[in-house]
Amino acid sequence: MTTTHDGFPATRRLMLKGAASVALIGLGNLPFSVAPAFAAANDKYPEDAFKQKSDADAVKALYGKTAEPSDKVKMDAPEIAENGAVVPISVSSTLENVTSISILVAENPNALAAFYLIPAGTLPSVANRLKMAKTTNVIAIVEAGGKLYSTAKEVKVTVGGCGG
Amino acid sequence: MRSAIHFASAALALAALSFGAMPFAVAADTPDPAADAKAFQKFFTEKFPKVKLDDFVNGPYSMNEDMHRQWEEKEQFPPYDFSLDLGKEMFAKPFKNGKSYADCFPNQGIGIRQNYPTFDEKEGKVVTLELALNRCREANGEAPFSYVKDEMAALTAYMAFTSRGKPFDIKIPNDPRALEAYENGKRYFYTRRGQLNFSCASCHVQNPGERIRAEVLAPALGILNAMPIYRSEWGGMGTISRRFTTCNSQIRGVPLEPQSDEYRDLEYYLSYVSNGLPVSGPGARP
Amino acid sequence: MASTIRVRATSSGETTEVQALIQHPMDSGYVKDAKGDLIPPHFIQQLTFEHDGKNVFLADWGPAVSKDPYVKFSFKGGKKGDDLKISWVDNKGASDTTTAKIQ
Repeated sequence: MTTTHDGFPATRRLMLKGAASVALIGLGNLPFSVAPAFAAANDKYPEDAFKQKSDADAVKALYGKTAEPSDKVKMDAPEIAENGAVVPISVSSTLENVTSISILVAENPNALAAFYLIPAGTLPSVANRLKMAKTTNVIAIVEAGGKLYSTAKEVKVTVGGCGG
Repeated sequence: MRSAIHFASAALALAALSFGAMPFAVAADTPDPAADAKAFQKFFTEKFPKVKLDDFVNGPYSMNEDMHRQWEEKEQFPPYDFSLDLGKEMFAKPFKNGKSYADCFPNQGIGIRQNYPTFDEKEGKVVTLELALNRCREANGEAPFSYVKDEMAALTAYMAFTSRGKPFDIKIPNDPRALEAYENGKRYFYTRRGQLNFSCASCHVQNPGERIRAEVLAPALGILNAMPIYRSEWGGMGTISRRFTTCNSQIRGVPLEPQSDEYRDLEYYLSYVSNGLPVSGPGARP
Repeated sequence: MASTIRVRATSSGETTEVQALIQHPMDSGYVKDAKGDLIPPHFIQQLTFEHDGKNVFLADWGPAVSKDPYVKFSFKGGKKGDDLKISWVDNKGASDTTTAKIQ
């Protein structure tokens, strides 16, 4: 599966670097500092991060670092999702210099659900609707000033969003 | 969290119902639809004293605060928007013979949803909006649509939208056949069927607001005022026909053909007892 | 054919609030069809919002975003009557673009 970037000519400039980082993760043991071109740092589609199973691996593939819990990351999610196929989730932050927000669903087949690039001038707040396979933690990660901050909330799912 | 249906208590309550303890089961000998509707609405407003009468048209969302919040979020940009626009477009587009849906309906089809189903004294039967739409198509040389989703849902979504807020105004003319259709619909509503041996009333009269497995049951009062609906479970739109057939499969019964006489009568009864409640369709549901 | 993209963008003077709803199956690749065959993944991967020649928001989505996806965000600036350009591209290379007026 390859992504077509025809609609996004601006992304081409980083395609090479992106490919390099994918290769590095494949090798697994090279220091990340050599290849800082994690998807989160540019606007290329972070294919590799979306393929990771666990939330920890997805965050590593996306940002190359880990997040610390912070009460400055706010997440609004229902206690019980009315249907796992459509779970309204919104994330906002009171942190300064937010550059991205990502949302992960811990026990989905692939944890990373959505990544949002927040350019300067855009408010650090996003609302969307996600699928959840079962009751699990939803994790919000806010990137601010080059660091990662997170919060998590368990959402109960009674009808899974992956079933037929 | 409250538990699912308790079979024992459901059975007891139904037994009580069949002995005439509930107001709407009393008038078995002399049919009195007006008294039925009054008793039906009184039953719901007494069972849910905090829910305003007009709010029952919002189904399970009127019953539960957490769900109400998710609903409000969804209504900011409702998932039936695409269907509504498609319906508007389809409704305005003439048939091959140059006529259009507007020619088949009073007031060009605008703001009339609350009057359906009607009783057609010529035919001697109940005519639902979905049936009238397909008859309109066939009379103009067009193939009928599937009754359950897509185009039919889009058309009825648009027609409901033009009638939003108008109170249901279902009429039972002075015709013994109309009264009989009403009585048949009522009987269908309260008759148990399927492997689960549930009637429509088991879920939607006795247990609205409770969960049956994962889902919060909608109250029967006002349930049709919100049709058609976008159901997240369906991942799309569904009509009244779809609602009835799925209900029957969910109790592991064999669904009837959409727009069969029984379903037409059922819709007639269920709409009549919701008279006075506003049209809220198209709706969005879990 | 009508656009797959629905947008509501409202300016409060200082900020513009944008809501978008897109018609797309967002197939996850984990659901089977009536015959029991897996429906292959088909989902929007990137969604961009452009105002005044620059990106004000970019979404990268996986298949866990709901069918007919919805997103809401706000950005500083934007006046009534300004253009907001919205584009998406999915994993099969299909795409759509629309331009909406800020209200």
